[in-house]
Amino acid sequence: MSVVLETRGLTKAFGGLVAVNDVSFKLQKGELLALIGPNGAGKSTCFNMLMGQLKPTGGRVFLMGEDITGKSPRDIWRRGVGRTFQITATYASMTVIENVQMALLSHNRQVFRALPFAHRMHRARALELLGMVGMEAQAERHCAVLAYGDLKRLELAIALAHEPTLLLMDEPTAGMAPRERIALMQLTADIVRDQGVSVLFTEHDMDVVFAHAHRIMVLNRGELIADGSVDQIRNDPRVQEVYLGGGTVFKSEDEAADA
Amino acid sequence: MKRKTFLKGLMGAATLAALPLTAMAQEAIKIGEINHYKRMAAFAEPYRKGIELALEQVNEAGGVMGRPVEFIFRDDQGEPGEAVKIAEELMTRDGAVMLTGAILSNVGLALSSMAAQKGYVYLASEPLADSLVWESGNAYTFRLRSSTYMQAAMLAEQAAKTDAVKYALIAPNYAYGKDAVAAFKENLQRLKPDVEFVAEQWPALFKIDAGAEVQALERAKPDAIYNVTFGPDLAKFVREGTDRGLFDGREVFGLLSGEPEYLDPLGDEAPEGWVVTGYPWYDLKDGPGGEFVAAYQERWDDYPRLGSIVGYMTAQSIFAALEKAGSTDSEAIREAFSGLQLDTPVGQITYRAIDHQSTMGAYVGKTTLRDGKGVMTDWEYKDGANYLPSDEEVSKLRPAD
Amino acid sequence: MGLFIAQLLTGLANAGALFMVASGLSLIFGVTRIVNFAHGSFYMLGAYIGYTLMQVLPGAVGFWGAILLAGIAVGVIGMLVEILVLRPIYRAPELFQLVATFGVILVVQDLALMVWGPDDLLGPRAPGLRGVVRIMGEPIPKYDIALLVITPFVALALWYLITKTRVGILVRAATQDREMVGALGVNQAWLFTGVFALGCALAGLGGALQLPKGGADLLMDFNILTAVFVVVVIGGMGSLPGAYLAAVIISVLNVFGVTYLPQSTLVLMFVVMVLVLMVRPYGLFGREEVAGEHGQVGEPERPIKPAGLQVRLLVAAGVAALAALPLFGSNFTQVLATDILIFCLFAASLHFLLGLGGMVSFGHAAYFGGGAYVAALLVTHADTPMELAFLLAPIGAGMAAIIIGWICLRLTGVYFAMLTLAFAQLLWSLVFQWGEVTGGDDGLLSIWPAPWLSGTTAYYYFALVLSVGGILFLRHVAHSPFGYALRAARDSERQAEATGIDTRRVRMFAFAFAGMMAGLAGGLFVFSKGSIFPNELEITRSFDALIVVFLGGVKTLSGGIVGGAFFKGVEDMLTRYEYWRLAMGLLIIFVVIVAPDGIVGTLRKLAERAGLLRRAEDET
Repeated sequence: MSVVLETRGLTKAFGGLVAVNDVSFKLQKGELLALIGPNGAGKSTCFNMLMGQLKPTGGRVFLMGEDITGKSPRDIWRRGVGRTFQITATYASMTVIENVQMALLSHNRQVFRALPFAHRMHRARALELLGMVGMEAQAERHCAVLAYGDLKRLELAIALAHEPTLLLMDEPTAGMAPRERIALMQLTADIVRDQGVSVLFTEHDMDVVFAHAHRIMVLNRGELIADGSVDQIRNDPRVQEVYLGGGTVFKSEDEAADA
Repeated sequence: MKRKTFLKGLMGAATLAALPLTAMAQEAIKIGEINHYKRMAAFAEPYRKGIELALEQVNEAGGVMGRPVEFIFRDDQGEPGEAVKIAEELMTRDGAVMLTGAILSNVGLALSSMAAQKGYVYLASEPLADSLVWESGNAYTFRLRSSTYMQAAMLAEQAAKTDAVKYALIAPNYAYGKDAVAAFKENLQRLKPDVEFVAEQWPALFKIDAGAEVQALERAKPDAIYNVTFGPDLAKFVREGTDRGLFDGREVFGLLSGEPEYLDPLGDEAPEGWVVTGYPWYDLKDGPGGEFVAAYQERWDDYPRLGSIVGYMTAQSIFAALEKAGSTDSEAIREAFSGLQLDTPVGQITYRAIDHQSTMGAYVGKTTLRDGKGVMTDWEYKDGANYLPSDEEVSKLRPAD
Repeated sequence: MGLFIAQLLTGLANAGALFMVASGLSLIFGVTRIVNFAHGSFYMLGAYIGYTLMQVLPGAVGFWGAILLAGIAVGVIGMLVEILVLRPIYRAPELFQLVATFGVILVVQDLALMVWGPDDLLGPRAPGLRGVVRIMGEPIPKYDIALLVITPFVALALWYLITKTRVGILVRAATQDREMVGALGVNQAWLFTGVFALGCALAGLGGALQLPKGGADLLMDFNILTAVFVVVVIGGMGSLPGAYLAAVIISVLNVFGVTYLPQSTLVLMFVVMVLVLMVRPYGLFGREEVAGEHGQVGEPERPIKPAGLQVRLLVAAGVAALAALPLFGSNFTQVLATDILIFCLFAASLHFLLGLGGMVSFGHAAYFGGGAYVAALLVTHADTPMELAFLLAPIGAGMAAIIIGWICLRLTGVYFAMLTLAFAQLLWSLVFQWGEVTGGDDGLLSIWPAPWLSGTTAYYYFALVLSVGGILFLRHVAHSPFGYALRAARDSERQAEATGIDTRRVRMFAFAFAGMMAGLAGGLFVFSKGSIFPNELEITRSFDALIVVFLGGVKTLSGGIVGGAFFKGVEDMLTRYEYWRLAMGLLIIFVVIVAPDGIVGTLRKLAERAGLLRRAEDET
C-alpha cells in the first residue's frame, strides 16, 4: 500500500492560541480514515490546512510524496484532492447535472471558453458520476429544490468529478436523518472500494464512525491523542476520558457544528 | 418578439403624442425649440415666455410670408444626446424648418455639430461658449446672445479704468468658467499690462464651499475680485463674502451677476458696488426697450428676466431671417441669417457674416440696493460689435466653412 | 496660525449638514439594506419646507422651530414613502428598492417645482446670528459657530438613541442580523418604517440647517448625493461614528484643498474615498458584509436554457421586423430605434455583470462613455478613420475595465459598487478637467461616421447589426462554460474555488467583457450623435443602466434589454409633456410595486400562472 497523504508536525497557532499542535499522520491508499474529537479540538483547522484554506504556522503536508504545504485550494484540487463541505455548497441557480458539468469543465480546463454551449459538454460523464451517487434520475432538476440528503449526494458527485485520489469530507452526515446517514456512508464506502479513492473525514456521529471507518484518529486540544483501528479506539481509556469528560457519550445524536 | 411589438406600440403612441402639437393651423411655419425646461426651469421659463410674446405679436400682424409661425417646444433634460435625437425628430417628422434653443453650452455645441452635418440651420439663442462661433463654428450655426468673451471684455474694460492691480478670480470649474477667466485676463492684460493675478479659485459648479473659497481669496489680499459664479453658488459666495468682509474696500467685477435671474434671489443681500453685466429692465421706460418691458408685463403679469429678452429676440431674429429668405428652405434661411440686420428692443443687431455671432450687447452697470432689492445703476448698454476680436483674429480662430 | 484655525472651523461647520444627511443614509442602509438614492431629495425637501416655515414663524423661536419642524415633516414624508412604496417590495431582490427610490427622486423634483417654483430661494438668516466673530483676528460667521455646537449635540443625541435606548438596541441588532430581530418578536416592518423616517428626518434637518448658509434650489438633491455617498462609504456603511468622522475629514480636507489646490474641487473626495477603501476595504468603522450582498437574496434564480426553436424563430422574426423598419418607419423612427438599440446593448452589458456575475457596478457609464471618448479622441487628435476608431472603442473600454476591475474586485457588495462609482467619477473628472485634450464639458464635436454610414438608414443598420449582435453574443456567452463559471462564482464561491475555478479571474474577465460591450455601445453612440460630452460618464448615466436592469428583471436573461427598451421608449413619450418627471417617477414606482420581479420576471410568473408557460418545478 502506498501513502496518499502525510502530515509532519502540522501546527497552527492563532496569535498565542495553538489550535493544532504537531499533528503527524499518514493516510494509505484505499483507506477510509476518520478524524474525530470534541468541539474545539482543532478538526476544522486541521482540515482547512489540508485543503489550503489556512496556511500552517509549522509542519508540512505531502500528497503522494509531494510537498503541498501552503498551496492554494485550487492547486490542491488540481493535484487530485476532492472535498465536500459541512454546510453544502452547490450552485443553486443550476440544474443537478449542470453542477457536475461545471466541475468537469474546470477539470478539463475549459472554464474560459466562451463559444460552445456548456450544457452539451461532458453530459455522459456527468450522468455517470450522478449514477455513482444514485442521482441520475434527478439530473434535470433545479438544484435549489433538492432535499438535503440529495444535495449531499450531489456534492459527492461534484467532488468525484476530477477522479480524485483523495477525498476530504467535512462532517459529511451533519444535518441528515439517521437513515440517510447510513446510506451516504455506505455510498462513500462503496466508492472507496470501487474507485480506489482514499477518504479522510471528520464526523460527530460515533455510530457512523465506528460502522464505516477503517481507522480512526482522535484529536483533543489540537493534539493527536490516539490513532488506531475501530476496536482500539473504542477501548482506549484516553479517548473515553476525553469524550466522557467533555460530556459527550459515544452514542451521540447530531451535534452542533464544530466551532 | 417583445421588442418588435413594443416598438410598434411605441410608434403609435408617439404619433398620438405629437398630434396636439401639429394639429394647429395648416400652413404654419414650424420652428423646433429645444431646451432644458425642467433642469433649468428658472432660466428656460422666462425665455419661453419671451418667445411666446413675439410669436403672438407676429401672428396677430399676419405672420411671416403670410403664414402663421409656430414653435414646437421640447424638453431635452439637459442632455446633449437627447437634444440631438429630438432635433432629428423636429426636423424630419414634425416638419420644423430650423432649430433654436439651448442654454447649456454643451447642448448648444452638440446641436451645432449636428446642424452642420445634416444641413439644418441652428440659432443658438442662449449658450455662451466662445467656441460655438469660433473654434467649433460652422456654416449652419448662428448665435444671438453676446458671448462669454464679449461680456468678459466689457468688464475688463471697466476694470482697466480702476487703480486695482492685484486681481483674484473665482469661477466655476468648467468650460464656461475657464473661458470667462481667459477672456477677462486677455482683455485686461492688453488694456493694462501691469495687472497681476494673485489667486484663482475653481469651485465645482453648484457645489461651492463658499466659506473656504472666501478664506482662500482673502488670503491672497487682492485689490479686486473677478467673479464668474452664478446661481446658488453666487448666493452662497455673496453671503459668506459679505459676512467675512471680503468685498470691503475691494472692486468686484461680476460676470452676469446683474441679470435678474441671479440678482433677484439675493433679495436685500444683493452685493452693492459690484460692476456687473445684466439687464436693468426696471429702468427701461422708453423706446423699443421700454415697449418690450411694458408688453411683457402686460402679457405675463411678471417682469422680464434676461432670458425673456433673449427669447423675444430669438423669435424676432428667426422671423426676420425667414422674411429675408422668402422661403423655408434650409439653404435660403442660412444665407439670410448671414449678415442679417434687425431692430430689437436693445437696438439694431447684425448677425456677422464672418463668424455668425450677433452683435447683441449687454448692459454694464453698478449694483446697488433699491427697495430691498438689488438693481443696476449708472448702467450703459454696450454694443457687442465693439467687444469682439478683430476680423483677422476671428478668421484665424474659425475653421474655413 | 489664525488662518489655519479659521479654516479648521469652517471645515467643521461644513461637516454639520453633511453629517446629518449622511448619518440618515447610513442608518437606513444599516438596518433596511436600502441604498436610498432619494436621500438627496429628502434633504432638498427639508430645505424647502424649512424655508416656507421660516416665512411664517416669527423670530428666533420661529427660526429654530422651523428647522425642527422641517425635520419632523420630512420624517413624516419619509414614513409615507416607506409604507407606500418600499414596504411592498422588501421581498424583492436585494438593491431592487433603489429603483423605487429613483422614482421618488423624479416625483419630488416635479412636486418641488410645482410648489415652490423654479427660482432659487435664498435661505433666511438665523435671527441674531448675522455677521461674524473674530477668532485670532480671522472672521468666523456666527452661524458657523452655531453649527459647530449643534452638530456634536445631534451626533450625541443619535449616539444616545442608538446605544442607550431599547429602540436603539433593536436598531443595532437589526444592523447585524435582520432575521434575528424578526425572530425576537419585534415588528420588523415598523422598525424599518421608523428607521427610514428617522433617516429622512435627519436629511430634512440637514437641509433646513444649511439654509442660512445657502438656500433651497431644485438641483440640490443631486448635488449633495455623491458627497453623502462618499461620506457614508468612507465611514463604513451603517456606522454613525464613521459617518461623523468621515464628514469631518471630507469637509476639513476640502477647505484646505480649496486653498492650496484650487483645481482639486472635483476629485478630492473621490481620491480620499479610493485611498481609504484600498487600506480599509469596509470603510473606517464598517464591518465586512455577510453573504447575500450580490442582489441574490430571495427566491433562487432559475436554471437557464439556450433558446428553443420557437424562441429562436420569434427572435428571428423580431430582428427581421427591426430590419424592415426603414421600409415602413420614418426617418425619426430609425433615429429613435438606434438610440434604443444602443441603450439596450449598454443595459445588457451591465446585466451580464449584475445578473450573471452578481457584481453591482454603480459606475458602468465609465465604459460606455469611455468607449465613446476613445473613439472621439482618436478621431479628433489622430485623424483616425472612423472604422478603426470605432473598433478601438470597445478595446479601450475593456482596458479601462481591466484596470478598474483589478482594483475594485478586492471588494464585494455595496463597497464594490461604491468603489466602481468612485472610479467612474475619477474618470469623469479627468475628462471634465483636462480641457486641452478632451474639450472638458464643451466635449468633442464633429465625430461623424464614414461617408458610407452617414445616412440615417445606413447607420441604423450598422447599429442594428452590432447591437443585436452584441446582445446575442452576451446571451450566448451566458450559456457557455465561461457564463456558467460566472454564475458558479456567484452562487457558491466556496464550491467554485474548491473545484479549481479561479473566481477572481472569472470575475475579472467578466468585468472586462462587460466593459467592452458597454464600450461598443459607447462607440455606436458617439458616431450616431456626432459629439460626446462628459455627461455620458456621469453617475446619472450609470444609474440609468442600473435602473433598467432592475426594472427589466435581474434574475432573467432578457431583463436588461426589455428594461432598456421600456425605459427609453417611455422616456421619449413622456418628455413631450410638461410634468413628465412626475409621470415617469410614478410610473417607475407603479412598475416596481406591481412587478417586484422586474418586468420580465413578473410576466413570466403571470404566464406560468395562466398556463401559457410551463411552470418551474415545485418552486415554493
